[in-house]
Amino acid sequence: MDMDFTQQDLSFRDEVRSFIETALPKDLKQKASLGGAYTADETKRWHHILYERGWAAPHWPQEHGGTGWDVTQRFIFGEEMVRANAPSLSPFGLGMVGPLLIQYGSDEQKSRFLPKILSGEEQWCQGYSEPNAGSDLASLQLRADKDGDEYVLNGQKTWTSAAQHADWIFVLCRTDSSGKKQEGITFLLADIKNTPGIDVKPFLTLGGTPAFCDTYFTDARVPQSNRVGPEGAGWGIAKALLGHERTGIGGIGSSARWLERIKRIAAETPVGRETLLDDPAFRRRIARLQMRHRALSMANYRTLAAASRGEAPGPESSILKLVGSELGQEITELAMDSLGQGAQSWFEAPAGTIPEHTRELQSEFCYARAFTVYGGSNEIQRNIISKNILGLPTR
Amino acid sequence: MNFELSKEQEMIVASVTSFVKEESPLERFRKLRDTGAGWDQGVWQQMGDYGWLGIAFPEDVGGIGGTFVDMALILEQLGRHLVPEPYIASVVLAGGLVDRLGSHDQRHAHLPSMIEGKASLAFAFSERQSRYNLSDCLTTATSTDPGGYRLDGEKLWVLNGEAADTLVVLARTAGEQLDEEGLSLFVVPGDAPGVSRTAIQGMDGHRTAHVELDGVELGADSLLGEAGGAITAVEWAVDRAAAAACAEGQGQLSELLSRTVEFLKEREQFGLKIGSFQALQHRAADMFAEVELCKGTMILAAIKADSEDPDVRAPEISAAKLQLSDGGWFVQENALQLHGGVGITDEQDVGLFFKRLRVLNSLFGDADYHVDRFQRSKAF
Repeated sequence: MDMDFTQQDLSFRDEVRSFIETALPKDLKQKASLGGAYTADETKRWHHILYERGWAAPHWPQEHGGTGWDVTQRFIFGEEMVRANAPSLSPFGLGMVGPLLIQYGSDEQKSRFLPKILSGEEQWCQGYSEPNAGSDLASLQLRADKDGDEYVLNGQKTWTSAAQHADWIFVLCRTDSSGKKQEGITFLLADIKNTPGIDVKPFLTLGGTPAFCDTYFTDARVPQSNRVGPEGAGWGIAKALLGHERTGIGGIGSSARWLERIKRIAAETPVGRETLLDDPAFRRRIARLQMRHRALSMANYRTLAAASRGEAPGPESSILKLVGSELGQEITELAMDSLGQGAQSWFEAPAGTIPEHTRELQSEFCYARAFTVYGGSNEIQRNIISKNILGLPTR
Repeated sequence: MNFELSKEQEMIVASVTSFVKEESPLERFRKLRDTGAGWDQGVWQQMGDYGWLGIAFPEDVGGIGGTFVDMALILEQLGRHLVPEPYIASVVLAGGLVDRLGSHDQRHAHLPSMIEGKASLAFAFSERQSRYNLSDCLTTATSTDPGGYRLDGEKLWVLNGEAADTLVVLARTAGEQLDEEGLSLFVVPGDAPGVSRTAIQGMDGHRTAHVELDGVELGADSLLGEAGGAITAVEWAVDRAAAAACAEGQGQLSELLSRTVEFLKEREQFGLKIGSFQALQHRAADMFAEVELCKGTMILAAIKADSEDPDVRAPEISAAKLQLSDGGWFVQENALQLHGGVGITDEQDVGLFFKRLRVLNSLFGDADYHVDRFQRSKAF
């Protein structure tokens, strides 16, 4: 047993580190040093830079533009991106529909969509949840009726993150209501910008930002050639992807950044003649979360080590989501506490009254409430653990 | 990065597992907790014969030359079956110090017999007022002619302190009560004139001793390491003991989880297996998460426990000890809660694990101590 990287891994790390150092544009670096709340356009710019270097999709097979790195190298790459506080690329194309198309898409679909996902030219969003299909996703009702060589879509999706920036949406729709609810679901790709009858309406979240959208479908026509897999096979395809999503949403990198940021804020926050960072009680609260973060990272390393032996991420990966999301929330709670009475100030606080660039902190604090809800709520994760791992009986 | 066991390690785990199952069922622990030393000389010697006591010692004193991780793997299995023999006290703490600081003669006088399981050791460092501060020491070692020492003072919570053949004692040769400088270690025969030992039975069934040192006359050859410079080695040894406690505790936590899950699958109320109730399922799921987190931090602490550099070693050990105390406590309390009324009976075994884990939480720095140490470290 060891925690060591090989000499080869270490020189790879140096290569990645110096690339990021030179390639991250100056204005983004400035943002990075302040915590990095990037806009969709800024993230897209960074995507393009990585694409030019051939590093946009390290986890894809090489024939589709992947890097051919092993698991450890991919891990190092991820760690270095976090370390530099570079923008994290939108997961919907590269992390979700891309791998899904590689596995289930037709040759035409692969050559039509994958290159533009890779380059970032086309951005994607995910159309799964509906007003009446949340944790019970299989009860979704968005109808897709066949008409000639098209499907006609009617219904509504919600929680479609970043739909207002997206060019395409992947949707789960109902093509059959006669049998088991899981069986009549079909996976479609729709041009969200140019299809008449698709309307995207961003709505405000608690944090005052339009993080999510409602997406309405009214007689929206999607060619049958945009169906992935056979009709009725959508549920199986989506489930494979959800398993993948759980491994990526522990938020370990983001939590590490926030902990560092809290220390910076505390160091800038006067308390009497000292700063908040000199207060032993506050330091202990940071320390506790930092130590919990180490425990979570170790769980991640163990998952990674299993993956590098070629083992698929098991249901154990559920603890990453479960623990990581709760830790992420606690960290934003501590960040709020760091502001003291300044925690009440919203976006337009006069300069100098609260530490610079912490104005979006309340927003992050509010948004963090979603960590334990999305990607399969934490209660669903506990169901998975108790049934699939512990083997507890169902009713 | 690799968390796979080597072939040799797999063999060690397999042999410890089969040994503890056959030779050390919980009934043995139940018998021993109420009698004498609380552990069995014959089993200690068997452990020596198998090479488990010497796994991490060099070959010149009869050891096998393994790593701390090897030792942690053994401790995890011993913990699973509540094996009461004084592994941490004798092998990790006192044995570690004698090996690290001892002269050729001292090492050869005390280690081979311990490694063979013919003798046991103890490390006397805590005092009434010291709590977890290793520099807080009122016990004095005064120089005598010609070149000897006289020990005076009192030590508390000395693990295996009554049964040990030899004690390693922390005493002050210079400086004030809280000074890091001026601390020294001495090798003291358990039956030396002036040493009196009173056994205290612990809530976990283990024994600690109250050791009084009243004008204990020692020769110059009893000094272990440099006079006045013991603190670095003491911190190292107690850190390793904390990592060892995490390893032992890991075995107990795994056992508590699996026993609880089995209980949930069998117990029926309202005409249903209680494991089908979501409120209980979710607790069990959270217990699983905490046990997994403990496992990761325990492994990392064991890997780093061999480091001489406190900046490398201490933060990981503190993180592991915190996880054992906090996450482990969650598992302990819920194991009892989910067992319902039977969980608080002495007859049900889960309570035995509960009490041992609670004692481990209080040894070698509790959660607050380790959080505080972490916030003062470079890792913060």
